[in-house]
Amino acid sequence: MFEIDDLKKGFGSAGTSVLFAGLSLRVQRGECVAIMGESGVGKSTLLNCMAGLESVDGGSIRLDGTELVGLGDEALAGLRRHRFGFVFQAFHILPHLDVAQNVALPLWLLDADDARADRCARAMLERVGLLDRAGDWPRELSGGELQRVAIARALVHRPSLVLADEPTGNLDPGRAAGVLDLLLECIRDAGAMGILVTHSRTAALRADRILRLSPGGLLPEAVST
Amino acid sequence: MSRVLGRIFVASLARRRLATALSLVAIALGVALGLAVQIIHGAALDEFGRGMRLLSGEADLQVSGAREGFDDALYGRLAMRDEVADASPIVELEVRLPGHERSLRILGVDALRVAHVHPALMPRVAEASRDDDGALAALQPDTLFLSAAAQAELGVAPGDRLDVLAGTRVASLRVAGSVPGAGQGRALAVMDIAAAQQLFGRSGRITRIDLRLKAGVDVAAARSALAAGLPAGVEVLTPRAAEQLAAGLSRAYRVNLTMLAAIALVTGGFLVFSTQFLAVARRRQEFAFLRALGLDRGTLMRGLLVEGAVVGFAGGVLGVALGHGFAAIAFDVAGGDLGAGYFRGVTPALRVDLPASGTYLLLGVLAGVAGAWLPAREARRMLPARALKSGDEARMFQFRPQPRRAAACLGGAVALCLLPPLGGVPVFGYLAVALILVGAVLILPMLVRGATRIAPRHRQALWRLAGARLAAAPGQAVVAGAGVVASVALAVAMAIMVASFRDSVDRWLTAVLPADLYVSASPQGTSGVLDPGALQRIAALPGVTRTMPVRFDTLRLDDRHLPVSLIARPLDGGRLLPLVGQSVPPPAGERPAWVSEALADLFALGVGGRLVLPLGGQPVAFRVAGVWRDYARQQGAVAIELADYRAATGDLAANDVGVFLAHGASFEEIAAAVRGILGENTVRIASPGEIRAQSLAIFDRTFLVTYLMEAVAVLIGLFGVSTSFAVLAIARRKEFGVLRHLGMTRPEVGRLITLEGVLTAAAGTTLGLVAGTAVAFVLIEVVNRQSFHWSMDLQVPFGGLLAFAGAVIVLAGLAARVSGFQAMRGSAVLAVREDW
Repeated sequence: MFEIDDLKKGFGSAGTSVLFAGLSLRVQRGECVAIMGESGVGKSTLLNCMAGLESVDGGSIRLDGTELVGLGDEALAGLRRHRFGFVFQAFHILPHLDVAQNVALPLWLLDADDARADRCARAMLERVGLLDRAGDWPRELSGGELQRVAIARALVHRPSLVLADEPTGNLDPGRAAGVLDLLLECIRDAGAMGILVTHSRTAALRADRILRLSPGGLLPEAVST
Repeated sequence: MSRVLGRIFVASLARRRLATALSLVAIALGVALGLAVQIIHGAALDEFGRGMRLLSGEADLQVSGAREGFDDALYGRLAMRDEVADASPIVELEVRLPGHERSLRILGVDALRVAHVHPALMPRVAEASRDDDGALAALQPDTLFLSAAAQAELGVAPGDRLDVLAGTRVASLRVAGSVPGAGQGRALAVMDIAAAQQLFGRSGRITRIDLRLKAGVDVAAARSALAAGLPAGVEVLTPRAAEQLAAGLSRAYRVNLTMLAAIALVTGGFLVFSTQFLAVARRRQEFAFLRALGLDRGTLMRGLLVEGAVVGFAGGVLGVALGHGFAAIAFDVAGGDLGAGYFRGVTPALRVDLPASGTYLLLGVLAGVAGAWLPAREARRMLPARALKSGDEARMFQFRPQPRRAAACLGGAVALCLLPPLGGVPVFGYLAVALILVGAVLILPMLVRGATRIAPRHRQALWRLAGARLAAAPGQAVVAGAGVVASVALAVAMAIMVASFRDSVDRWLTAVLPADLYVSASPQGTSGVLDPGALQRIAALPGVTRTMPVRFDTLRLDDRHLPVSLIARPLDGGRLLPLVGQSVPPPAGERPAWVSEALADLFALGVGGRLVLPLGGQPVAFRVAGVWRDYARQQGAVAIELADYRAATGDLAANDVGVFLAHGASFEEIAAAVRGILGENTVRIASPGEIRAQSLAIFDRTFLVTYLMEAVAVLIGLFGVSTSFAVLAIARRKEFGVLRHLGMTRPEVGRLITLEGVLTAAAGTTLGLVAGTAVAFVLIEVVNRQSFHWSMDLQVPFGGLLAFAGAVIVLAGLAARVSGFQAMRGSAVLAVREDW
């Protein structure tokens, strides 16, 4: 389970201005939550706080019982290596690694041997429908394909939590729906948790829950189709 | 369009301050070194030429021969010739001063003739002397006139007395006045020619006759006419030709230093290439966008070339200022010949050399433009639609292997090594060095790709990432490592060449110094001699088993070369010489001579060839019995048996004598006994070990400038690694941000950058070691051979080279780590957010 309690984050030179405060959240295994909000309200900052990439000014963040707040850089990095997966709007596929190597990257960071890393990467590529592109270079892939590689990379090491920041922001609506469905399906199949930050209501609607971030905290969003 | 160039291109230099500054400094150092060498040698040559012109005065022709001189009856004959208006005889001597390390050049002149031909050498009688002797002081036998510089250096003034060595006898001369025409900084003395001949044992002999021709006489025709009647070993030259011959002696050394500076400048150009290439990779999307907005290919390329030119110009301006500063320091520390000894006694002054400054400023701009050329061409070829896509810059780092071009460069280098020098300068040898460097840089991507393929797979993520990056983007290694290849190759080549040279000189010194003790009456080419009586008394000393007298002279073999050195001493059929190859005894009845490698090259002589030496005013035929190594006399030397010399000349004196001691005899006791015979401070007594140590110290001083230039080249190479990784780290901030998201710590990203730096430097250094060894071979077998005409045995200082290679790799890793620090300082969140 992923739990956030009474989280507070300020900004400005001394952190005196409050970005959000009293923020709480519970995400269960197999659940995908979408977070929406106006630009500048702190959606991405919240996501980074969840990953331990930004410090917080108060509150608690726990992943499967492990408290993140107060952990050192090394411990947080270790946690991210083992238990987090990321999907970015701009894909961030490393151009000098081929498709299979990009997917295997999290396993490399876990010191997995070559055979296992390659086997797992290919299995994930098959899952996202790109096994035949395993040896290709990222520049040879379309935007949708690149995001599918990013999804495979985010899940190859079986993380507990996948954080996705505007995962379909660079894709056309037709392709976006397919990619998003794939992402959520993979998260659910893996029994992981997913938190999705997005501007797109269409995208958010594919999640199990929608929350709206405001200075007052995370509020449930009424879902009307 | 100029606004576009200014705002988009030149302004970008300010945004990447570190890379721009390092490129600029690299070019500045290259320009500064080259210009400093040019200024120093230019000033020294000018001063040297002025000195020679002062000594030749208004002469149209100079008649000169051996250092020991020729019969002064020739003066009378020449003075009577129809073509000649005035003739002035001179005895030129380099005289030792008891208690001084330095010697004094004394010119014995005819006081009645000197005003007509050498007005600058006219002595001026001091007021104090005028009271005693009046104007006739100049003709007094015990007086001499010192130039202002000589007075200052020796601490004497008119009216004082100065002790000089005549043979092994101390003579006291009165300083009767000055030589105002000698100008500043030129230390010399003038005395009456007859007095000089008598005092220094040169009765009836002179060393030079300067001739002023009658108005309307053709100099060339007169020269031909006069040459026909000259005795053997005496030649007639124009002062200009004599000056050119003397200046030509240092030309190879000057060209060598200029080439070293040029390589430093080329390394600076590599650095511009690295930074510009990386900048183009980083700005690829920006350029694609500009192209989409309507910027044409030509303007894009011009803009990038202007960036290079601006860096080159700024580096050039800084380099010109630094060059003058370096020259000023070098004048103080090493003198006008940078410690090599070619312009000993010349004290040039620093002056702003505008033509040279302009040339080197232009070279700086050219280095900048040349460095920017390939990146600009790459940008010009870019397809905007493709380049707008993220990750397209990786295409730039693929660098297709070019084995054919690499092979062509290396094959071309081999072919160039087979060509003869141009005008005595090993132009093709230097071109071969350049081709080897270019070939090595072309091999670099192949080496990196091959190494990543055969290297054992590593389980650690850092190794996997670094290996994958270098395998997929060997261009990164080329961009960062090209400077390392060039500078390491240069440093390795120089290290091997200098080690080989030093080792060969060391062994040569051991071979040419077989005696236990050396008594020298004429160190550094001075005119002191040991008379036969002194030689006999030394040989008769208890504890002395035998002696080896040595007679030195210089001989003019023709009017196209400088005088060559003559060494007459017991040679035991050549066995006492460091021979190259075998000594072949001449046919019965013929005299053997052994020529140095320089003499063999300059006069196209081989074993068995006939050599005519002017000895005692007569041509004496010798047969070349062998070729020997001589690192002391670049203009060439010939060694003959002392007995043959004495038989031909009747001269029984010697300049030096080697003394062999009996077993158990004390060096100090024999040295004291020799001083007892010859007097204190009249000769220099040294052990072979001392002479060896002094000679090697001079050797090391000569190469000091070379070492400094090497260090600068390596420093520029490390700048290259540092700059490249700084720019790469900034360009890869997104990648590092992603890795941080995926669980890498900040120190791990730092270690990744360091590892890549180390691997790149290792590839560059490995190739630099191989290329440097090849360059060393070219330097030893082609450049040195053609420049200085001496051979040496290859000696590779393996330990030193490995330590150096290790140090370069470690420093490169550190440079990469420090440079990458900036990228790691940034937030991982911001790094990946750039696109959002």
